Amino acid sequence: MAAGVRRRIIAAVPVVEFTPQLRRFTETPRVECGATTLRDALEAAFDVNPRLRGYVLDDQGHLRANVVVFIDGRRSTDRTGLADALSASSRVHVMQALSGG
Amino acid sequence: MNDRAWVATRKGLIELRRRGSAWKIERTSFLGEPVSMLLPPVGGSGRMLAALALGHFGVKVHASDDGGATWAEVATPAYPAQPADAAGPPWKLVQIWSMTEAHGTLWAGTLPGGLFRSTDGGRSWELVEALWNRAERLEWFGGGYDVPGIHSLCPHPQREGDLLVGISCGGAWGTRDGGRSWSLQAQGMVAAYMPPEQAGNPNTQDPHLIVRCPAAPDVLWCQHHNGIWRSTDGAASWQEVTGAPLSNFGFAVAVHPADADTAWFVPGVADQCRVPVNGALAVNRTRDGGRSFETLREGLPQRDCYELVYRHGLAVAGDGRSLLMGSTTGGLWASADGGDAWSTVSLHLPPIFAVRFG
Repeated sequence: MAAGVRRRIIAAVPVVEFTPQLRRFTETPRVECGATTLRDALEAAFDVNPRLRGYVLDDQGHLRANVVVFIDGRRSTDRTGLADALSASSRVHVMQALSGG
Repeated sequence: MNDRAWVATRKGLIELRRRGSAWKIERTSFLGEPVSMLLPPVGGSGRMLAALALGHFGVKVHASDDGGATWAEVATPAYPAQPADAAGPPWKLVQIWSMTEAHGTLWAGTLPGGLFRSTDGGRSWELVEALWNRAERLEWFGGGYDVPGIHSLCPHPQREGDLLVGISCGGAWGTRDGGRSWSLQAQGMVAAYMPPEQAGNPNTQDPHLIVRCPAAPDVLWCQHHNGIWRSTDGAASWQEVTGAPLSNFGFAVAVHPADADTAWFVPGVADQCRVPVNGALAVNRTRDGGRSFETLREGLPQRDCYELVYRHGLAVAGDGRSLLMGSTTGGLWASADGGDAWSTVSLHLPPIFAVRFG
């Protein structure tokens, strides 16, 4: 390393992104957070835009029937508890399911 | 207001204005989005509400304070956390099926059967727990949907706190104290789809729509799954009205705002065949409290017609002469003379969920 150059180490954190289909209704932040579960990651996004919660979760805090979440390219499995684990480098995509609508 | 109307459709909320003798589309809000119900501007110029039924993202309520020119999302009714041992359907809002305003309070009837109220213009809603917690609710069932729903809200125009709600399938329930206590008010209705010993059970009735005459609020009309019923004692009892021509099956009903003996119905063949009789769209009107009916057809399609007018698809204006009728296949017709003659407003609208003047 050259003298005087400092290397900055950025710790990886999960990233949550939302389908562009939601943008016509409400703000959809791209959130980087230190969450270890899907629920915590979504809550971080809801902290930015509280109205977003009702678009993703229903009255009981479950994933809406026609919303699907992908974690690192795989569909999440716990649609009620949202306890799916995230790694430090996880990419979470909240999408609309190709059904209903 | 007799010259402005609203059509809630599968693809947006349409504002209509009458220009001369013709109705014209003035504006479409929420283009492309399903709007399940609307509340016209309160008092003609106040706040109005629209309930969106987003297929993926759930129900959302929007409000406008400028007659529909601009909208902003407000609070959406939400069910509370469901106890682990709670029986019945999930406590999740499926759809807002009815909305009304009375004496400064907003009411929203929903699937799966909860009633909500707001006293701050929709900024917040609360579940009417006295009705939700009735043990009888667990015997309700869906009528056209997987879960029961409140489709009719009939407030008393003078008595604050007096409200009748119609439920498919859960009969009719009334409160006199603003929702703190409730009683079944469907005595006399008959449910032929139930076992004989249950046919008269008020709690299993399927009123498709109930309307109250504003000038004579003790008179209510009901288009029921099994026919037509009328009450003249504020829903304490119901009497069947027989003799409607063509068919007593249908979904919609409208009552003249100043004449309780005049009401309109849109007959279909039967439950198992929901199309106009003989392929000819018609409206039945009574002017004598159901003792006799006229069948009105002028200006309506009389051949190869498959239009279905669903529960909230028929409306009458405050003048008692202007009517609008919209179908689930996007046909919309208007009358200016109480239904004697109809004209086509459009045959190309999206599926129509509700039509309201105001």
